[in-house]
Amino acid sequence: MRVIVKGRAQGTILKSEEPINFLGTVDKITGRVRDRAHPLYQKPMAGSVLLFPYGIGSSVGAYTIYSIQSHGAAPVAMICKRADLTVATGCALANIPLILIGDDEFERMRDGQRVAVDAESGQASVNVQS
Amino acid sequence: MYDRTNIIFVTVRRIVELTREEESALGGEYGEVQETAYRILVATGEATDAERLVPIRWAHLSGVNYNTIGDAGEAFLSDLSKKDGARVRVKTTLNPMGFDADSVSDYDLGDDFVSKQMSIRDSYEKMGVIPSFSCIPYEIFDIPESGTQVAFAESNAAIHANSVDGLRTNKESAFSALASALTGKSPYSAMRKDNTPDVTVRMMIDDPDEMAYGMLGFFAGRAADSSVAISGIPNMDTRSCKSLCGGMGTAGTCAKFELGDAPGSEKVDFDKREMQSVHDELNTAEGGDLITLGSPQLGLGEIRDLSMMLKGRSFVKDCMIFCPRAVVEQARRLGHTREIERAGAKILSDCCTCLTPLIDPGRIDAVTTNSIKGGYYLKNSTGVGVNLRPLSGIIEDYTK
Repeated sequence: MRVIVKGRAQGTILKSEEPINFLGTVDKITGRVRDRAHPLYQKPMAGSVLLFPYGIGSSVGAYTIYSIQSHGAAPVAMICKRADLTVATGCALANIPLILIGDDEFERMRDGQRVAVDAESGQASVNVQS
Repeated sequence: MYDRTNIIFVTVRRIVELTREEESALGGEYGEVQETAYRILVATGEATDAERLVPIRWAHLSGVNYNTIGDAGEAFLSDLSKKDGARVRVKTTLNPMGFDADSVSDYDLGDDFVSKQMSIRDSYEKMGVIPSFSCIPYEIFDIPESGTQVAFAESNAAIHANSVDGLRTNKESAFSALASALTGKSPYSAMRKDNTPDVTVRMMIDDPDEMAYGMLGFFAGRAADSSVAISGIPNMDTRSCKSLCGGMGTAGTCAKFELGDAPGSEKVDFDKREMQSVHDELNTAEGGDLITLGSPQLGLGEIRDLSMMLKGRSFVKDCMIFCPRAVVEQARRLGHTREIERAGAKILSDCCTCLTPLIDPGRIDAVTTNSIKGGYYLKNSTGVGVNLRPLSGIIEDYTK
């Protein structure tokens, strides 16, 4: 398990079992997923801790993450199962904490739970409250 | 207060070890630009299993064409370039943009596209980047000594650097290459280390033309994740080598080839059947309304060859030839452009077949090209039909 981008944040988990294609499906201003078939369709990401398996699609999607941060529509932290360069560099550009967790933890974390992510030092923790 | 019974406690760690100096930069001690750049390097290093950063001597950036990076990219670069300390620290060169400013008024691109593209160009220039707008930096700049670490984001250039020029680079993202330019550092991940191919592709095609090499590259790039050996190539001219690098860079993550048989590796044949299958995937039209040459852009030798092939002939269809500005200037002095322009072709600098909005799918149904890389992007991004023909066939069929 890894810290990809350090930082601290608290928020409510917004969970997607499906990967997210930032370039192809996320609105650059509102941060909402435009794909009707996606579990996060039209759900606001702002202020959430976004929990999803990994990002897919063009690496230019990193600029989408920067853009939604500039428009106040970005999650306060992201948690993934697997590293991909699009989400990693996007969170780095936008200074959004990003950590990777294992399958077990991913299963146990649920949509709507309150969570505190502390990825400030070399060690980091995620505390979840149901 | 958290309900302790529901606490999920996860411990995570970082694997990229930083020097004290690098740690200070990441902590913001040297300003916001360095902090952001180090954040990108660390994030990239974590995602690619790098245990540290290494110094690099040359960065080549992608993420230049407004057609690909869009408003969000334009805004990011504009913001970044205005910040204190936003200067590149090593030699930094640049991929093609969307058009050639000398002839853009001949096309119907719209003022918004042109002004956004110019803003991107200005942002890079403000940061000290050399405005080379070329995907063949290896043909227009001096190559540093063998073993030098560089950071190339253009895939054909990264493969050429690793395989032909003796340099070391990952297939960088636009972001890691930019961060490398701003810091002079890059994550020490897979391709920078010694890398033995675990697959050998056996080239079985007799008398291959440059398109066969492009399809070989495309096939080999899919067969191997990071590096590949290719046997059965006695010699390869520049045009074929660039075609191979372009095809390979388009197909996947493979960032290096070496010639010969890698001992103990898995063997895969590239014969007529395999070549046909790549051809069938990318060739979608029987003919084209427009011919494009270049992707990768043409170098001086290729322009000279082309001018000889076109002697006394004229194109019967529109033809765009993509060539770096530095090469066009040299070719013009040497008289190589005269015959090409007389034959009716347009020579365009600073842009390339891939992702240029000058090829408008509203007006063009299909494009004839000898570039496998170009064909891939024309089909999948531009959205036009693709008619693959080797250069000799293009001259035969489309000039008289």
